[in-house]
Amino acid sequence: MRRAVLVAVLALALLAPAGAFAVQPRASLVDLENEVMCVACGVPLNIAESPQADRERDYIRGLIARGETKAQIKRDLVAQYGDNVLALPQDKGFSIAAYAVPIVVVAALIALLAVLVPRWRRRGGPLRTGATPPVVAGPPLDAADARRLDEDLARYES
Amino acid sequence: MRRSAVPLAAIVVAAALLGLLVYGLVSRSDNHTLDTAVAKGERPVAPSRNLPNLGRSGDRSLADLRGHPVLLNFWASWCDPCRLEAPILERAQRELQRKGGTVLGVTYNDVSSDSLKFVRHYGLTYPNVRDVGGKLAQAYGTRALPETFLIDRQGRVVALSRGAIDQRFVHEALAKVGA
Repeated sequence: MRRAVLVAVLALALLAPAGAFAVQPRASLVDLENEVMCVACGVPLNIAESPQADRERDYIRGLIARGETKAQIKRDLVAQYGDNVLALPQDKGFSIAAYAVPIVVVAALIALLAVLVPRWRRRGGPLRTGATPPVVAGPPLDAADARRLDEDLARYES
Repeated sequence: MRRSAVPLAAIVVAAALLGLLVYGLVSRSDNHTLDTAVAKGERPVAPSRNLPNLGRSGDRSLADLRGHPVLLNFWASWCDPCRLEAPILERAQRELQRKGGTVLGVTYNDVSSDSLKFVRHYGLTYPNVRDVGGKLAQAYGTRALPETFLIDRQGRVVALSRGAIDQRFVHEALAKVGA
């Protein structure tokens, strides 16, 4: 009997922290302001300064006071203002382009480099290693200039 | 064959990106289609969408009001000029009701509890719907509040005001639809 109680107490002690971690963190206005827009002003709420932005902040404060989580507050804001209230583009419809275009561009650049780099290497182009750039020589000096240059250099070195 | 594939692929990708840019710019540009048509004396078809009622369950759309003149007004509780024109719209509602028409308020970027407070404060008796996401406002080219559109019995835009209306606008507009 005592062993059973001990096992039960140990099990509770082990499970309790897991339960505590499962609790959603409390939403904060600062955190939400970074992720939502002032819909009437068309700028992120964290930089918006207008009566409409203040009203939106008050509304969020009210939802936080009611104990709603960040996800619940965002859902509530979407229900009031529509998808435009979210600062990050949605992962549906035309908004997907915001995520897809950078990936496509990077993939296209990598593919381009994969094709061009071996070609440059074969041709000894700009990426060839160990090559020294050619020295561009000026016109040859005549005898008088050469003598004057030698004299100047000798004077500087002395 | 392989040699020509790289420039071709680059052109296709560049064209796709350019197309995307153009689409983005065009879709965000101001819509003046209705203004131009009404200024020419035409009566363009009024855009319609099914929108949720303010403070009541269910939806409503302009199409439901076909056969009746409608004064469509975009507003929000945070909009100062909307406060000034609220009594004018309420008077227009009484006038329109006698002729079988109605004012239809459309809230724009507004919290519904604030909109309801506004309705109660000004004693508005006409129906209101919520344009969540602003798709209807976008179809009417609405960029600033308030804006008002008079729609005839056939569902066509007869007159519009980008800005607060006055009693004169209401009289002139209603005369155009025989109300």
